[in-house]
Amino acid sequence: MNDSFDVIVVGGGHAGTEAAAAAARMGAKTLLLTHKLETVGEMSCNPAIGGLAKGHLVREIDALDGVMARAIDRGGIQFRMLNQSKGPAVRGPRAQADRKLYRQAVQDILRETENLTQWAAAVEDLILADDNRVIGVKTADGRSIGAGAVVLTTGTFLRGLIHLGEQTWPAGRIDEAPALGLSVTLERLALRLGRLKTGTPARLDGRTIDWAGLEMQPGDDPPQPFSFLTDRITTPQIACGITYTTDQTHQIIRDNIHRSPMYSGQIQSVGPRYCPSVEDKIVRFADKERHQVFLEPEGLDDPTVYPNGISTSLPAEVQDALIHSIPGLEQVVILRPGYAIEYDFVDPRELRPSLEVQKAPGLFLAGQINGTTGYEEAGAQGLVAGVNAALLASGADRDDAFVPDRADGYLGVMIDDLVTLGTQEPYRMFTSRAEYRLLLRADNADLRLTPMGMEAGVISNARAAAFVAKREALDEARARMQALTATPKELAAAGLHVNQDGVRRSALDLFSYQTVTWQTLNTLWPELMEIPPAVAEQLEIEGRYAGYLNRQTTDIAAYRKDEGLSLPDDLDYATVGSLSAEIRLKLTNARPATLGAAARIPGMTPAALTALLGHVKKMKKSAA
Amino acid sequence: MSRPETIFALATAPGRAGVAVIRISGPQAGAALQALCGKLPKPRQAARVRFCDPLGGQPLDDGLALWFPAPGSFTGEDVAELQGHGGKAVIDSLLSALCTLPGLRPAEPGEFTRRAFENGKLDLTQAEGLADLINAETEAQHRQALRQMDGALARLFDGWRSDLIRHLAHLEAFIDFPDEPIPDHLDQAVRAGISALAGAMSAHLADGHRGERIRDGLYIAVVGAPNAGKSSLVNALARREAAIVSAAAGTTRDVIEVHLDLGGYPVILADTAGLREAAEEVEAEGIRRALQRAENADLRLAVFDAGLAPGWDQTTLALIDDRTEVILNKTETTSLPEDLRIAGRRPHRISAAGGQGMAGLLAALTDRVRSLLETQGAPALTRQRHRVALEECVESLQRSLTAPDLELMAEDLRLAARALGRITGRVEVDDLLDVIFRDFCIGK
Ligand SMILES: Cc1cc2nc3c(=O)[nH]c(=O)nc-3n(C[C@H](O)[C@H](O)[C@H](O)COP(=O)(O)OP(=O)(O)OC[C@H]3O[C@@H](n4cnc5c(N)ncnc54)[C@H](O)[C@@H]3O)c2cc1C
Repeated sequence: MNDSFDVIVVGGGHAGTEAAAAAARMGAKTLLLTHKLETVGEMSCNPAIGGLAKGHLVREIDALDGVMARAIDRGGIQFRMLNQSKGPAVRGPRAQADRKLYRQAVQDILRETENLTQWAAAVEDLILADDNRVIGVKTADGRSIGAGAVVLTTGTFLRGLIHLGEQTWPAGRIDEAPALGLSVTLERLALRLGRLKTGTPARLDGRTIDWAGLEMQPGDDPPQPFSFLTDRITTPQIACGITYTTDQTHQIIRDNIHRSPMYSGQIQSVGPRYCPSVEDKIVRFADKERHQVFLEPEGLDDPTVYPNGISTSLPAEVQDALIHSIPGLEQVVILRPGYAIEYDFVDPRELRPSLEVQKAPGLFLAGQINGTTGYEEAGAQGLVAGVNAALLASGADRDDAFVPDRADGYLGVMIDDLVTLGTQEPYRMFTSRAEYRLLLRADNADLRLTPMGMEAGVISNARAAAFVAKREALDEARARMQALTATPKELAAAGLHVNQDGVRRSALDLFSYQTVTWQTLNTLWPELMEIPPAVAEQLEIEGRYAGYLNRQTTDIAAYRKDEGLSLPDDLDYATVGSLSAEIRLKLTNARPATLGAAARIPGMTPAALTALLGHVKKMKKSAA
Repeated sequence: MSRPETIFALATAPGRAGVAVIRISGPQAGAALQALCGKLPKPRQAARVRFCDPLGGQPLDDGLALWFPAPGSFTGEDVAELQGHGGKAVIDSLLSALCTLPGLRPAEPGEFTRRAFENGKLDLTQAEGLADLINAETEAQHRQALRQMDGALARLFDGWRSDLIRHLAHLEAFIDFPDEPIPDHLDQAVRAGISALAGAMSAHLADGHRGERIRDGLYIAVVGAPNAGKSSLVNALARREAAIVSAAAGTTRDVIEVHLDLGGYPVILADTAGLREAAEEVEAEGIRRALQRAENADLRLAVFDAGLAPGWDQTTLALIDDRTEVILNKTETTSLPEDLRIAGRRPHRISAAGGQGMAGLLAALTDRVRSLLETQGAPALTRQRHRVALEECVESLQRSLTAPDLELMAEDLRLAARALGRITGRVEVDDLLDVIFRDFCIGK
C-alpha cells in the first residue's frame, strides 16, 4: 500500500462530498478520490436544489451538519418555498443555483473540513482481503491505497453510455470518461447489477432568448435559507422565465419519434416517470395542448440557460427544430444538445440499512449507484454512508450503526425503501412515500435529527450549541404556553368562542381552533409576544397538528416495536420452516434487517412473519 | 406507552362444529367476560354460564367460560375464553356482541400469536403449527375471499379501492408537484368523489340488515285460518329437541314466539292468532297485529287444512308471495292429487300431528333460512372485521371532508385507504404513483 486512510470515498459528486465531509467530521482520517478536483460539487443536470420532499432531505442533511444546505445558501440565486399556501408539513424549500457558485461553495466547505484529503484519481478496482472484506482501492495510475472502509459514490459513471439520436458513446457525463473497471469489480463481488436511464435537456444561450414576451417567475422576498445556521441570503437574486411548447413542437416530435433512442429500442433501461423526456410527454399525453418550460439561468455571470421540461435524446438537428418552435426561443443559440445516459446501478437490496454491502464488509455505496436520482437523494445517502464508514473504521459494532428510521426522517424512509424493496426505476423522494409526513417536516428536521447526529458524533460544536439553545427556548416557550390557561367565559370575552364546558384551555390547546392565530393569543396574553419567531412557528404547528400527531405517535410506537426485532445477517431462509418458495425467494433477495422491514415486502403474509419470528427467537435462545 | 387494545377472534375453525371457542386477550378481557356472562369465573376453572347480549340482555347461548388472568395465559395477557355451540349464528351473535364493547376489536391475522411471542409464551413448534392456522387469514386469502363473494360485491369493493386510490393520488399529485399545471378544480372533484364514496360505503353498511337478523334471528310468521294446525306445526318444529335453543311463551295473547336454531341460524317462529272474522273488538285487534307481523316477517309459513280442499282460506291466500312457504297440513285425513297447487305453488305436505313430512319441511326451511342469511363464502370472523374496517374507512373519509388543510385531508384519506386495505389488500405507495403518473403529465 502506498498510503492508508480510515475512510476512502470514491467520487466527488453530491453523495461523495457529503460522505467525505461526514466521515471527516466523525474524526476519521478521510480521503476523497475523484476524477477531477475541479468538478467536485458539479451539478450534472438541473442547477437547482430542493423542492418537495427533496427540500426536506436537504434540511435533514443540514440537521446532520452536512454540506448541501450551506452550499446552496451561498450559491442560490432564486429561493422559493413551494406549497406556501398549503400546510407546513408539505412545504418544501427549493432554490435555483448559480452552478459555479454552488460548486465553489462545496469545494470551499470541503477545503475547510479537518481530517479530509482530496486527490484527483480514477479508481479502477477495490482491494479485497481473503474474506471479501474491502481494505483499499487501486487507482488507474497504479497506486494502492489502504482503508478501514470504502464508500463508492460513482453516480452515472458505471459503464455510462450516452445516447444522442442514433449516436451512442461511453461516458460518465457529457465530456467525461465512464468508469468501467469498477463495474467489473462489483460483478466479481457477485452483486446484482441493473441498468437505468436518465436524460438532460439542451443548454441555451440566454443572450439570444427573447425574454420580453415571457412570463417571469420571481423568487420569494425575502429568500428563506435552507440551513438552520444561515441567517439570511446575501447572493443577488434573479427571476426565471416560463414558456410553453406549441402544436408545431409536438408535430416535430411526432414526425421524428422513430429517431428517439427511447422509442427506436436503442435504450431499453427504465427512466424516471416523474422526469419524462419531452417525447414521452407528447406520446403519453397526446391530448395535452402544451407543456410548461421553465427557463432557468445557470448563473449570475453565465449566459447558459437550462430549459427545464424538455429533456430529450432526439438527434441534435431535431432538437434544434423543436426548440426553435417554442415562443421566446425562436432565435436562440443552442450551446449543446440534450442527451440520455444509461448506467449500471447496484440492486440496493444488496445493502444493509447502514448502506454497507452485505457481501463485501467495509464497502459502502451511496447515491445514484444505488438506483436513486437527484442530488438531494444522493447527498442524504452519502452522509449516512460516511458516518457509518467512519464508525466501522473506528471499530464500532455493526449493531451500533447510524440508521435513522422511517419516523426519524425522509432519509430513513428512502434508505428503508431502497434496502428492503429495491427499485424498478430511478428512485426519487416524494412526500407521499412518508407515512409520518405530518411529523417529518422541513421546519423541524433539526429537532428530529440533530440529537441523533450529536450522539453519533457527526455534529460540529458550533451547530450543537446553536441547536441546544434553540431547543431550550422551545421547551421553555412550550411550558409557558401550557401554563397560560383561560376558561371558555374568559375566551368568549376576548371574542373566541369555544364550547362552554367550563374546561380551561391552554394557549397551546387553542391552536387546534383554525381561527386562532398568534395575534389572538397575543391579545389574550401579551407576554407571549416575547417568544422568538422561529420558536413561535414550531409551537403553532405542533398545536395545529396536535390531534393528527398524537395518532401518528401511536402508529410510530407500533412501527418501532417491529423494527426493534432485528433479523440476523446470516439468516438462512432455507432453514426457516413453513415458508412458501416465493416468500423464501423474496426474503433471500431483500435480506430485511428487521421484522418490520420484512413485513413491508409486498406479498409477505402474517404466517410467514410468524414463522420468521419463531425461528429467530429459537436461534437466539440456542445461542444464549 | 399506550395500552394494548383488547382483541378477540374465533379460535376454532369457522363453520359448523360441535363447539366454538372465542378467545379474548388484552386488558379489557375480564370486563368483556363479565359483560357477557354477568360474572368473572374463578381463574383457570371452567364455569357453566349463559352468554347474554351486553346491550339488550337477551340470551345468546349457553356454554362454558374460562378466565386466565395475566401472565398465566396463552398470550401472557388477561385472556378470556368463551366456549359456545358451534353454530354459525351463535358465533356471529357472540362476535357481534363483543364488537359493541369498548376497547375491543377483532384480531388481525396472527395477532394472538404475535402477542404470545412478545410475552415469551410460545416455542417454535407451537408457532409453526399456529402459522398454518393463521395462514387461512392472510391478506392474499382476504382478497380471494373477496373474489369468492358474489361477483357484484367483489366488484363493489374493488371499485371502492380504485376510487379511493385515485382520489388520494390526485390529492398527492397536488401536494407533491406544486409547480405543475394541475387543474385547480381538482380539489373540488376529489371532494365530490370522496363524499360519494363515503355515501356508498355507508349505504352498504346499513344494507340488508343481514347482520341484525343474524343477531336477532330471522322472523318467521306462521299464518292460517283457525284450526289449520298452526300451533301443532309450531309445536312439532319446536319439539325437535336438537333444534331448540329456548322457548318462551308469548306475552300477548295474539302471538306466541318460539326461538329455534335452524342449521345454525337463529330463527323466531311466531304463531299468530288465527285469521278469521273477528267476533269481538279485542280479537279484531289481535288479528290486525297478526297480519302486521305476517306483513313484516322475513318469511311466512301459510298453513292450509287439507280437509277443507279446495275451499282455501281467502285471507291466507292473499298473503302468499315470494317470501311464503305454502304448507298443507292434516294430509293424513284425505288423499289429494300429487300435482295439487295452492296459489300456483306446490305445498309442503305434512301431518303436524302424525309427524309425516316434517323432516322434509325442516330441511327445506333450513335451506331457505340459510339462503337468506348467509353471505357467501366469507367466514363470520372475516365479515366482522370487514365491517369494522369499513366503518373506520367511512369515518376517515368523512373526517377528510372537514379537514382544514390539504395535507390533513390527505392524511385522513391515507387512514381510510389503510382501513380499506385491511379488506382488499394494502395500498402501496406505488399504487398511488402509478395513478399520479398515469393521470398527470408531471415532471420537468
Ligand atoms: C444526464 C443526466 C441527467 C440527469 N437528470 C436528472 C434529472 O432529471 N433529475 C434528477 O433529479 N437528477 C438527474 N440527474 C441525476 C443527478 O445528477 C444525480 O442523481 C446526482 O448527481 C447523483 O449524485 P452522485 O453523487 O451519486 O453522483 P454524481 O454527481 O454523478 O457524481 C459522481 C462522481 O464520481 C466521480 N467518479 C465516478 N467514477 C469514478 C471513479 N472510478 N474514480 C474516481 N471518481 C469517479 C465522478 O467524476 C463524479 O464526480 C441526471 C444526471 C445526468 C448525468
